[in-house]
Amino acid sequence: MTDTMIPRVQLGDWVATFVDWLTSTFRPVFDVIKTVLLAVYDALETVLHAPPFWVVAVLLAALAYAAKGWRLGLGTLVGFVVIASVNQWGNAMDTLALVLLASAIALAIAIPLGIWAARNDRVSAVVRPVLDFMQTMPAFVYLIPVVTIFLTGAVPGIVATVVFALAPGVRFTELGIRQVDKEVVEAGHAFGSTPGRILRQIQLPLAMPTIMAGVNQVIMLSLSMVVISGLVGAGGLGGDVVAALQRINISLGFEAGLSVVILAMYLDRVTSALSSRSPVAKALATTSA
Amino acid sequence: MVPERKVARTARMTTSTEPAPADGTGAPAPDPSTTPTDRPTAVSVQGVYKVFGRKPAEAARRLEQGAGRDAVKALGTAAVIDASFDVKQGEIFVVMGLSGSGKSTLIRMLNGLWKPTAGHVLLGDADLATVSATRLRELRRTRVSMVFQHFALLPHRTVLDNAAYPLEIQGMGKAERRQKAQTALDLVGLGGWQDSLPSQLSGGMRQRVGLARALAADTDVLLMDEAFSALDPLIRREMQEQLLELQQKLGKTIIFITHDLNEAMHLGDRIAVMRDGRIVQIGTAEQILSDPANDYVAQFVADVDRTRVLTASSVMVRPTAVVPLASGPRVASRTMREAQVSAAYVVDRQRVLQGVVRDDDAVAALKAGQETLDGIVHDGVAPVSVDTPLAELFAPAAESSLPVAVTDDDGRLVGVIPRVTLLEAMVPPEQVTTSDLPVDAEDQLVTEGARP
Ligand SMILES: Nc1ncnc2c1ncn2[C@@H]1O[C@H](COP(=O)(O)OP(=O)(O)OP(=O)(O)O)[C@@H](O)[C@H]1O
Ligand SMILES: [Mg+2]
Repeated sequence: MTDTMIPRVQLGDWVATFVDWLTSTFRPVFDVIKTVLLAVYDALETVLHAPPFWVVAVLLAALAYAAKGWRLGLGTLVGFVVIASVNQWGNAMDTLALVLLASAIALAIAIPLGIWAARNDRVSAVVRPVLDFMQTMPAFVYLIPVVTIFLTGAVPGIVATVVFALAPGVRFTELGIRQVDKEVVEAGHAFGSTPGRILRQIQLPLAMPTIMAGVNQVIMLSLSMVVISGLVGAGGLGGDVVAALQRINISLGFEAGLSVVILAMYLDRVTSALSSRSPVAKALATTSA
Repeated sequence: MVPERKVARTARMTTSTEPAPADGTGAPAPDPSTTPTDRPTAVSVQGVYKVFGRKPAEAARRLEQGAGRDAVKALGTAAVIDASFDVKQGEIFVVMGLSGSGKSTLIRMLNGLWKPTAGHVLLGDADLATVSATRLRELRRTRVSMVFQHFALLPHRTVLDNAAYPLEIQGMGKAERRQKAQTALDLVGLGGWQDSLPSQLSGGMRQRVGLARALAADTDVLLMDEAFSALDPLIRREMQEQLLELQQKLGKTIIFITHDLNEAMHLGDRIAVMRDGRIVQIGTAEQILSDPANDYVAQFVADVDRTRVLTASSVMVRPTAVVPLASGPRVASRTMREAQVSAAYVVDRQRVLQGVVRDDDAVAALKAGQETLDGIVHDGVAPVSVDTPLAELFAPAAESSLPVAVTDDDGRLVGVIPRVTLLEAMVPPEQVTTSDLPVDAEDQLVTEGARP
């Protein structure tokens, strides 16, 4: 039916053509990216896999204990025993490696971008809608171009995750820096400090609690995307979730899903505890008291 | 009772009783008689405008052409309108005005934190509008520091490291800067608190950390935005005295913002009163008090403790009954008869005060055929200096039945203060008509009894 006067715009085709062009033109660049990512991922995976289960579990529990207290440490240990008992420990470590790597890359991009946006209104005006777009685009859609470029495996999973998890890192960093008391920043200027020094000595430390909240968000989004990346063969818990979906295997689905939940809780509690333990956060907490 | 006041500093205030030309419109020119013109200008503000909002430049242009503040409202908020003044080295220049009158905006332009929409700010010979960013930073490190209205401390640093911050930016080594910062903290009475975080201090203590920080920077120009507002009265008083002392010792140029008229009067060599972005009057405390430029200023000064601000020179009157030392009893008695008083001050050829002669002594000497005043000039007078505050005049006025004699630095009689004038001077000007002001109050001399 042609009941509308508006001609069909081949927007999707254009994007497809663009991605094809990108793939063929930047082949060498993508190859380098792929090789590097794969190497780092393999190394990380090996580190988490090589020691016996209990060594890694106790170390991670110790981290939780140090960050928050004995309750979280104990809870962590129990949770990890549950994961191991349903035979998902290996998958969980693969997923953890993916999450850590993707989050690290996302933050390495997001924090400088957030700083830039905080200091330059024009950058902020450009970045904001792009972030909105990235955050609201259904997560699966990212997988399509990424697969055409990187084929299947861990690398397309990592790249899609980085793109998907970037937004809150940028947003929280910008917000945190913009929220720093203007007069304190002015004091830095008034005594003749340079903008770079003001950023390091005043803005970043005071924005740190907010930036850490962003870090937490980035990690949580990474985890959810890493699981979805099971669709493109990224492996880990996501691989089993996808397999369970395809075979309508309720028991496998539940065990893999439960492991994701435990891992998510662990990552969330530890990162939020770490952010509230920073000296700045403590100093600021007493201010409002 | 009125607290004692240090008088030494006021010596450089004007001794003239002539009020400055009051000019309610536009920026009044600084009165040359009160500006220590011999000293170089530290900060010069020349036709400065600051407008916040959508079209600041357009708004400033209209204001320059004479538009009112409300007329440009649609274009933006005019926070400072056509401000011009020079602050001399070693001067304490006070800016006062109600909330929102543009004081903080003005002071922020003096160290380039905010750029004027129009006009120029000169710091020494550097025009802040045109200096490079590097030079501006250097000026801030070496020439001008600031105390912020809301303290603006670094919450994640200890009190000591806050006070040491400017020195750190100046590139001073850790040990040395900490030692200097500690000295500054001791000076503001915060020795012992150096390891606390700002959040652990009270508002007044935080304000003093901000003060210590600015003092530690050791620049010759100090910008102080309501620097004492959070202090309780006793400490405030102490800080004021310390600031005066510091200023005298080190010759700092201080631009001080305050809401408190008494503080302004106490500290300021000159005071600028702001209203709705404009400077409505600039003058010494006495000029503003005795001759407010308009009702706004008059209302402002209505509640001041006048006895602490006005000095002998501003209320004294011309002595009518003065007898030359070289004359005799005949001249003395005639002078007193004509002035209808029963005692007269005796001065020598240089008008240096010698003492007092009484009518009965003069008449007795006349009857005895005496030709000179020898033996009848009593030296039991305690003259006060021209810059004695009114508060310190009550005791001499009460002790003596004569009008209080006022002498200058060389001991010359420059005026007298009858008791009634003293009492009258305490009434704010809007409650007395101009004809009642001290200059015309000489007639009241006659009412002063001469006998002890
Ligand atoms: N950054 C800004 N943006 C817009 N308007 C501002 C800004 N800063 C100040 N203003 C406006 O400028 C005017 C003067 O403000 P300013 O802070 O200079 O007043 P103030 O005399 O210091 O008052 P207070 O005694 O309350 O500190 C006010 O009307 C205020 O709303
Ligand atoms: Mg203010």
